[in-house]
Amino acid sequence: MTSAIIEITGAVKHFGEVRAVDGVDLGIRAGEIFGLIGHNGAGKSTLFKTMLGLLPLTAGSIRIDGQAVRGRDFREVRRRIGYLPENVVFYDNLSGLETLAFFARLKGVAAGACAGLLEKVGLGHAARRRVRGYSKGMRQRLGLAQALLGDPAILFLDEPTTGLDPEAIREFYVLVGELRDRGATVVLTSHILAEIQARVDRLAIMKSGRIQATGTLSGLREAMDLPLVFHVTLRPGAAGALREALAPLGLPEVQGEGDRLVVRVARADKMAVLGVLARLNDRVVDIHVHEPSLEDVFLGYAA
Amino acid sequence: MRVIAAKEFSDRIRNRWVLAVAAVFAVFALAISYFGGAQQGAVGVQGMEVTIASLVSLVIYLIPLIALMLGFDAVVGERERGSLDLLLSMPLTRFELLLGKFLGLSAALAASTLAGFGLAGAMLVMQWPEGSLWHYAGFMLSALLMGMAFLSMAVAVSVVVADRARASGLAIALWFFFVLVYDLTLLGILVVSEGRLDLDFFPLLLLANPADVFRILNIFSLEEVKTLYGLATVIPEAYTSPWLLAGIMVLWMILPLSLAAWKFK
Repeated sequence: MTSAIIEITGAVKHFGEVRAVDGVDLGIRAGEIFGLIGHNGAGKSTLFKTMLGLLPLTAGSIRIDGQAVRGRDFREVRRRIGYLPENVVFYDNLSGLETLAFFARLKGVAAGACAGLLEKVGLGHAARRRVRGYSKGMRQRLGLAQALLGDPAILFLDEPTTGLDPEAIREFYVLVGELRDRGATVVLTSHILAEIQARVDRLAIMKSGRIQATGTLSGLREAMDLPLVFHVTLRPGAAGALREALAPLGLPEVQGEGDRLVVRVARADKMAVLGVLARLNDRVVDIHVHEPSLEDVFLGYAA
Repeated sequence: MRVIAAKEFSDRIRNRWVLAVAAVFAVFALAISYFGGAQQGAVGVQGMEVTIASLVSLVIYLIPLIALMLGFDAVVGERERGSLDLLLSMPLTRFELLLGKFLGLSAALAASTLAGFGLAGAMLVMQWPEGSLWHYAGFMLSALLMGMAFLSMAVAVSVVVADRARASGLAIALWFFFVLVYDLTLLGILVVSEGRLDLDFFPLLLLANPADVFRILNIFSLEEVKTLYGLATVIPEAYTSPWLLAGIMVLWMILPLSLAAWKFK
């Protein structure tokens, strides 16, 4: 993977007996939205912190933009990194604007950008209020504004949408999309799989400190060969005819009662089943085809 | 680093820490000067030397405590609150973070020391003989140096311990040790040994404690009280050079901070 902007090679991080990260190899390409998914405690946040140089690795190496993350020259790379920690915490005594100005000074970013960023994340109205009075969602927005300071080329967002309402989550991913369109690389973690499945370019599934699989969602689906699920609604009395018509295909699973049947089909048999349903023609009222979700894929790999 | 220092300083201004401590210092200084002679049956502004000597006895307890309380959660507080990771992801080194914290808190300590004792001093100096100003300025400066030495210890504490509760415990323990236990222990050794011990190293032990250094710095500049304290009989003249003593104070700032920087890696 030559175009990787983040290269993780044999990364191991142990806390005493706990193997939080246990031999991870991963390449994240410039300009993609990369999702790191896993149960709580799978090692996502630890891997994140090692990627940012916040924790030293027990073994292995991580390079970002060609620089070792704990190396002397990583400081320059940091200027181009935005980071939103999980459960971000700010200083209660500062206002939103002061908070952002503080981090802007640390990053060497002109303070003039702060007010605009707060508008962008929907906090313009609360810019002069103290963070003490902010809701969880507002703190998260402030965290995002902080991560966006200085137009970062690489963004690390750890569980970025916790505490956000559905509308804010949608706005958040619009923002992330814009960043990607500008050429930024976005790495995010989540345990809400339904939320990120349509929004990441590639993802890695992490379990017990290891990467179980890496790829696009469709690639992972195909690799797992999870069955598609047909939900078929029939005219009264037609269930027997469908079961009969499907019998030659040797499908293991045809379930359901009365007029509603659920048929699990290997991806290879998809067209054959559709053919059967087409032949039944007016006896079929409705069909829903469910692709396996990221959750199904995830559960398959994490099992 | 300047950004961190500026934030620490402005935080202490905003939450009125500087104002409160300055007020305490000013009130104590004036009260000691005014009522210091009450035992002799006279109330009124005392002479400069007596006032400074009394202030030294008070400040030697107060400033180390204030400095330790000021700095004990500098790092562990951020860690416990959960704001440390974000700070460390910024383009600044861990040493810069430590130094920024130390300098910002030092500035807060300096502001309250100079404002508090300075205000009181301005009112007192007018009634004292010429030249008193320098003694008093020396007292303020040495008090600040001692404060910074203990602040440096506090910052080291905030790095090495795991949580705030332990940090405050260790800070209090350090205060007990340097301010109360240390001198008593030395005295105890002297008494128990009944003078059989070779006393050459004894003054060196006094120099190893920033609180004692502060005392020596101030007492030896005051002819009147020098003999009163009896310290002159213990400490050789060579050890009382203000430069040497100030140097020791600076060493007491550098060493704990270096330990902190090393442990923070």
